[in-house]
Amino acid sequence: MSLHSANEGKYAIEARNMSIYYGTFRAVKQVNLAIERQKITALIGPSGCGKSTVLRSFNRMNDLVASARVEGEILFHGQNLYAPSVDAVEVRRRIGMVFQKPNPFPKSIYENIAFGPRVNGWKGSKSEMDELVERSLRGAALWDEVKDKLHESGLALSGGQQQRLCIARALAVQPEVILMDEPCSALDPISTLKVEELMMELRKDYTIIIVTHSMQQASRASDNTAFFLMDPEDRAGTLIEYGPTNELFMAPKDKRTEEYITGRFG
Amino acid sequence: MVNTKDVTMDQARLEARELARTASAQAIDFRRRPRLGETIIQALLFICAAISILTTVGIVYVLVRDALLFFKLEEVTLWKFFTETMWAPQIGAVGILPLLSATLITSLIAMLVALPLGLGAAIYLSEYASQRVRGLLKPILEILAGVPTVVYGYFALTFMTPVLQALFGRDTVQVYNMASAGLVMGIMILPLVASMSEDALAAVPSQLREGAYGLGATRFETAVRVVLPAALSGILAAFIVAMSRAVGETMIVALAAGAGPALTFNPFQAAETMTGHIARITSGDISYGSIQYDSVFAIGLALFVMTLILNIISGSIVRRFREVYD
Amino acid sequence: MNDPTPKSAQPSIGYLPQGFEIERNIAARRLQGTLWRNLFVSSLLIGILALLVLIGTIVNDAFGYVALANKVDPANLASQPLKELSKEELVAILQANISQGLFRRLENDQPFTERSQENVLELVYERVVQQQVIESYDLWESLTQREAIEQELTSQNPKAKLEFRSWLNWGFLSRSMASKAEFSGVRNALLGSLWMIAITVVVAFPLGVGAALYLEEYSSGSRISRMIETNINNLAGVPSIIYGMLGLAIFVRALGFFTSGSFLGLSDSNGRTIISAALTMALLILPLIIINAREAIRAVPLSLRQASYGLGATKWQTIWHHVLPQALPGILTGTILGISRAMGETAPLIVVGAATYIVTDPSSIFSKFTALPIQIYYWASQPQEEFRRVAAAAIIVLLIALLSLNTVAIVLRNRFRRSL
Repeated sequence: MSLHSANEGKYAIEARNMSIYYGTFRAVKQVNLAIERQKITALIGPSGCGKSTVLRSFNRMNDLVASARVEGEILFHGQNLYAPSVDAVEVRRRIGMVFQKPNPFPKSIYENIAFGPRVNGWKGSKSEMDELVERSLRGAALWDEVKDKLHESGLALSGGQQQRLCIARALAVQPEVILMDEPCSALDPISTLKVEELMMELRKDYTIIIVTHSMQQASRASDNTAFFLMDPEDRAGTLIEYGPTNELFMAPKDKRTEEYITGRFG
Repeated sequence: MVNTKDVTMDQARLEARELARTASAQAIDFRRRPRLGETIIQALLFICAAISILTTVGIVYVLVRDALLFFKLEEVTLWKFFTETMWAPQIGAVGILPLLSATLITSLIAMLVALPLGLGAAIYLSEYASQRVRGLLKPILEILAGVPTVVYGYFALTFMTPVLQALFGRDTVQVYNMASAGLVMGIMILPLVASMSEDALAAVPSQLREGAYGLGATRFETAVRVVLPAALSGILAAFIVAMSRAVGETMIVALAAGAGPALTFNPFQAAETMTGHIARITSGDISYGSIQYDSVFAIGLALFVMTLILNIISGSIVRRFREVYD
Repeated sequence: MNDPTPKSAQPSIGYLPQGFEIERNIAARRLQGTLWRNLFVSSLLIGILALLVLIGTIVNDAFGYVALANKVDPANLASQPLKELSKEELVAILQANISQGLFRRLENDQPFTERSQENVLELVYERVVQQQVIESYDLWESLTQREAIEQELTSQNPKAKLEFRSWLNWGFLSRSMASKAEFSGVRNALLGSLWMIAITVVVAFPLGVGAALYLEEYSSGSRISRMIETNINNLAGVPSIIYGMLGLAIFVRALGFFTSGSFLGLSDSNGRTIISAALTMALLILPLIIINAREAIRAVPLSLRQASYGLGATKWQTIWHHVLPQALPGILTGTILGISRAMGETAPLIVVGAATYIVTDPSSIFSKFTALPIQIYYWASQPQEEFRRVAAAAIIVLLIALLSLNTVAIVLRNRFRRSL
């Protein structure tokens, strides 16, 4: 494993020859994907194409499924995330995640934010924690809406606010990369817009990878797009095309990509 | 790491950007942390789970060890154990038949009460009762299930026995008798049969009922000819668990069935069951290592094996049943 | 079953009832349905009736008239009625009529100078007058045949006094065991039960929750998990008396050195102590707690765990901060069910060797002890009618304790359901 990969500065995460198995079933095969730093990368494709599986492999959430296994390499800071010596907990601290359905903890807004730093051994005074909570909520563009009810339950917020709370929660542990697994699929259009605006804002500081069902979302809110499709032969998810979003949507190189974005299947 | 003290928003952003830029320069340590706490906790939790295995091992070990001591005695043989018709180990009579027959007779009487009534109650609750009625009646059955068995023993002795004596005459019905204990045991087991059978009936898909109604079947015909057969294995499992419970029940028989082994098939006579005998013999200060002490463990082993077989059969029925509907 | 197809039907296509036959067929099936429905309802009603009769029997036994007779006529002790005497006069009567030793013991229990007049009066009645129950009647007799009872009493025992008595009274709760039913109480048994339950919970709760966590969070679906699961299901079906035998052989006998307290230099010579009983009970209710705790843990949504892991929390941090708090109401409900079970279990206590006759309060986990169900068993098995009445009173105490426990469990369960 090389510590100084050539493109290390440019890419946040690089998947090389990555295959993902559930038991004996190969869900994703031979993916090569280099995620650019401080850009938004969208993973698109029809249901069952393995895009969520790929996303979850980036911060080792697949570890929670007992039968899941990853082959190949995923490089992060030049190190293979799946090397036997790597600690999954440390990986998840660096690579945060926002889920499909907003899943705030059944605790106060404040506690939702404070949990991450605390479990990661955060040291500091009460006022510093207040500061961190405020900063995270501001970062997720939620502060103005909740500053007067920080100690009310996070479950009392609207769906869109809950999702931004989950983003704020992820920001509080200061990750470098944020993975978003269809973060807007459970939200109304206005909340969706807010989350997309927030993503554009966050791009200045973070690398964002987003799985989305909506091609409009991918086209308007991402820099790069990767298109996945299930190989009809072995039912394994395959990366078909990857490139700058504009190019991929305007001039797809692969016929299957074109068919998908023009709505002929999927 | 980033110092969070006294930074404005812009500064924080700058810092984060700086961090992101410099992060690539410095190698991050992703090596597995030796999380000792986590390992210790996992080990402790494993021990908790292993206690249940240890309990089983302990039960088998204890029963087998002392039962073996009993069977090693000169006057005891397996043949005598299963064929002799008298139980009095201190004088060399070691036939388990009197105890076994009393256990089976009281259990059978209990089943005769609990099975029809429990199944009837289950059919009513699952197929007839409205949501409201069920919500009202089920807790009553749960109370019945929660009454301690010693209370049922008292009930058998002070209510059921006098009633039986009034019905059949004091000359026929002894003060301690198997019928009284068995009848009350049936009442005790009724809620178990009812609730397990109801679960089985409720698990039958409603399309099946709709199909029957669609053909013009009445509610009764649907319940008995369509739903009941579909739930049969679950109900069978309930019956077997009920039998196991009856065989292992102690307090009712200890109080009401009689305090002396007797080989009789007349339910109105007194006869001690296996559990009742164990309870009576161990309640005194029996000396460890005496033939009585060891003999009790032989009975315990027989009891354990009987209930275990019943439970395994019912468990495997339940598992197969689940596979059908999942 | 009535077959709608008559025998004369043509073999080729069969025959369905026509016209007036349809009505007859439907009427017959309706009737059949109604009959069976009534049978199903009655089987449920029989169950409910049994519960009512059970409660009725207990109440009937626990209240009713008693005929009291004095061994010594109070008129022989003082010229005035005893009630009107001063405390000092009563103490003098007491001193004159009981043995020196007993008087000193009473003085030791609580100096007479500190006792109230009522208290001394009670002592005079108990020790000197020795009011005894010579006949007792159940509630039904007391309510319906009062005159017959009075007549019978005046003819046989003119001096006896008829009094309505609740066998369940404050004295019953605060007195120790005694050789006469009317002086018996459940104090030691109640304390014994509480001690035992407390230790049982302290042992079984962490073990049960720990095992459930291991099975659900650490080894879910693995072979060892399945093995332990099968094992727990089988343990749940083992008769309670078998647990008693395990306790007798392991805790009482093999570990007697520890469970008797001898290793601390305490004098008790055998292991028939609270700790042995409590450990036995803990093993008995462990499967129940584990099964319920597993269900509660399984009900915690996966998204909560993922959110926590996604922030870099370790497994235990996730469990401790999110899974356990969410599952707690369900776990507690299961634990309370376990406690109710332990509270009413009798057979294992008999085998482990709870004493039936004990007059001292338990003072440590190495005390010999008795428990409520053991007392009920002992009293119910006595031939005298009066002991049956005390048994009924003790049953009421036990049932009230169980009912309150279950109420708590139901409240918890409802709150749990609402939060899901």
